[in-house]
Amino acid sequence: MYRAHVLVCGGTGCTSSGSAKIITAFESELEQANLGNEVKVIRTGCFGLCAEGPIVIVYPEGCFYSRVQPEDVAEIVAEHLVKGRPVKRLLYKETVVDETTIKSLNHTGFYEKQHRVALKNCGVIDPENIEEYIAYDGYQALAKCLTEYTPEQVIQIIKDSGLRGRGGAGFPTGLKWSFAAANKADQKYVCCNADEGDPGAFMDRSILEGDPHALLEAMAIAGYAIGATKGYVYIRAEYPIAVKRLEIAIAQAKEYGLMGKNILSSGFDFDLEIRLGAGAFVCGEETALMTSIEGKRGEPRPRPPFPAVKGLFQKPTVLNNVETYANIAQIILNGPEWFTAMGTEKSKGTKVFALGGKINNTGLVEVPMGTTLREVVEDIGGGIPNGKKFKAAQTGGPSGGCIPAHLIDTPIDYDNLLAIGSMMGSGGLIVMDEDNCMVDIAKFFLEFTVEESCGKCTPCRIGTKRLYEMLEKITKGEGTLEDLDKMEALCYYIKENSLCGLGQTAPNPVLSTLRYFRDEYVAHVVDKKCPAGVCKDLLQYSIIEDKCKGCTACARKCPVGAISGSVKNPHVIDTAKCIKCGACIETCKFDAIIRK
Amino acid sequence: MKNKLETIPFKDTPEQKAQLEQIIQDYKDVPGALVQVLKKAQEVYGYLPLEVQITVAEGLGISLEEVYGVVTFYSFFSINPKGQYEISVCLGTACYVKGAGDVINKISDVLGIKDGGCTPDGKFSLRACRCIGACGLAPVLTINDDVYGRLTTDETVKVLQKYMA
Repeated sequence: MYRAHVLVCGGTGCTSSGSAKIITAFESELEQANLGNEVKVIRTGCFGLCAEGPIVIVYPEGCFYSRVQPEDVAEIVAEHLVKGRPVKRLLYKETVVDETTIKSLNHTGFYEKQHRVALKNCGVIDPENIEEYIAYDGYQALAKCLTEYTPEQVIQIIKDSGLRGRGGAGFPTGLKWSFAAANKADQKYVCCNADEGDPGAFMDRSILEGDPHALLEAMAIAGYAIGATKGYVYIRAEYPIAVKRLEIAIAQAKEYGLMGKNILSSGFDFDLEIRLGAGAFVCGEETALMTSIEGKRGEPRPRPPFPAVKGLFQKPTVLNNVETYANIAQIILNGPEWFTAMGTEKSKGTKVFALGGKINNTGLVEVPMGTTLREVVEDIGGGIPNGKKFKAAQTGGPSGGCIPAHLIDTPIDYDNLLAIGSMMGSGGLIVMDEDNCMVDIAKFFLEFTVEESCGKCTPCRIGTKRLYEMLEKITKGEGTLEDLDKMEALCYYIKENSLCGLGQTAPNPVLSTLRYFRDEYVAHVVDKKCPAGVCKDLLQYSIIEDKCKGCTACARKCPVGAISGSVKNPHVIDTAKCIKCGACIETCKFDAIIRK
Repeated sequence: MKNKLETIPFKDTPEQKAQLEQIIQDYKDVPGALVQVLKKAQEVYGYLPLEVQITVAEGLGISLEEVYGVVTFYSFFSINPKGQYEISVCLGTACYVKGAGDVINKISDVLGIKDGGCTPDGKFSLRACRCIGACGLAPVLTINDDVYGRLTTDETVKVLQKYMA
């Protein structure tokens, strides 16, 4: 028995800000204070509030320390763990009510509106210890399926729950399972897409890092439901912590007889293998992922045949993503009604979002479907930093679109997002403020798709490239109004004619910005101006006469000699010579140089 | 599509050669093992120059086109050498909207190399990477295993100077 537990976040976000050193510091300080047997240090998965990392929580009080540095650890040990006095200066300020009261983390703005289902155990248990997972009802759902339900009943429960795929398109999971179950074959497979390719989404990784057994249990349940004995987890090689914890989890599950032959003496066999992805966005597409597991270039195949008929190694296969699987065990345990009670009419349950960009509380949030964008951005996300104005939120990554300020009260679910020209995608939610140029953002996503297009089909390979070139032309101030129409037509052509989901959705960032921010495009092509001040070629540098002291610093710094003027007199910039490198702005101490 | 940017001549040691031969022997008869072989080969050499690709193709009895096709398909494989200090700038969306584009341009200017390139002395290489998941620290870059976050262009230069000394 320990009298206190110190939970240190070991997710990638906090690890990047140095949480490993904090764990070491705690261990050595506790050793020195002779508390090694009384206080236990646990490395957990992600708590979600990445912006305030590294995060440490001390139980039983539940004190939430944020931005902890290794040199703070001695104080926490001496004051809190020895004397029982929380270190106020390190507490997350939202949890401090007054001098003597601290409120629970669950009542802070960031956590209050959240409802954690997929992330239930993240930041709560030690992901490298199967017993902690079991203590939190782990593997009970699998046991229930194997002993009380037929495979058909399991599928019916998932169907009744209304669970839809959390990886992108939102296909009903139960239906997918029933297709694969209906096909007879000597071998079937269960696959997991953990190749999180959307730049800016990291919920799947956080689940793998924080609660890997939840995935294992769900895949075994899927195996039982469709009649598969073998599974593959396809995971990015760039996720070393997640891969390691998954390996540990598989080994432990085998040791406990929860994976392998004759699980729980039920006669059901299920085995899992990890396959490392080598970095290709298109491998998030189901047929491409399977081709990649087979050791080839991960190019998509035409459908039909669908994977439920001919998938991996030409056998019936079910593929779901990590977050989808993370819901399964709890649906089995709590019943489908529990799940359908959350969410909207056609989108049940919760969704995890990776909140990032121009937002105060960057991190991972899980909310019931139907929560409005405003609640996520303002209440949970804590608003935009530096008093700037909300301009748009981008969801769905390179396949999605931008949601403008006037639609901020839209309840987020699959159908609403599609209707306003975006999509759920895997759940990246990037907030942009007035300093972001929407044309530049569209160009950023197209650059991504051009690079990631596998090249198999022409509309995607050449179409996205042409689209990118048009955007480049516009951001250089060489575009025309006619280009905007051409671009739009090309977008629809690519969407209608591409082979797989990558090409079919690649034009979305362009279409949605054209739809909601056409005036910004027009400013680029007609006025040759970038209203947000981002597109370098359209910027003009000038010196404000009243502010310039004539210190000559900028003139000396300018690499092309474009600034002239005599000492103690206002200087001027020769815009013809200026290469817009920005060196003068960085040099000026008087804020006398502006860019617009 | 990856471009070959550097012309640092390929050199290998007898040990590396022997290791590559061993890898090929181990996987020679395993179907669909090309990705695995290339991963291991890259661990030995740090990158996959044409010379290594030729050895792999001949060793596994498949065409060089197929090997090159797989190498250039996956971003995990590099056909350019990596520097002693490998700089990866995160160009995930969260980092991009917070100015990662300026960060990578600044590094390009300071070191005189482009995305995917390596300095002639082999000290620095630069690449843009996709979301490393440290969005709370955006914009972020890594140099080998060290992570630097909440960067401005000025701070980026300071970070580089630490390694230049």
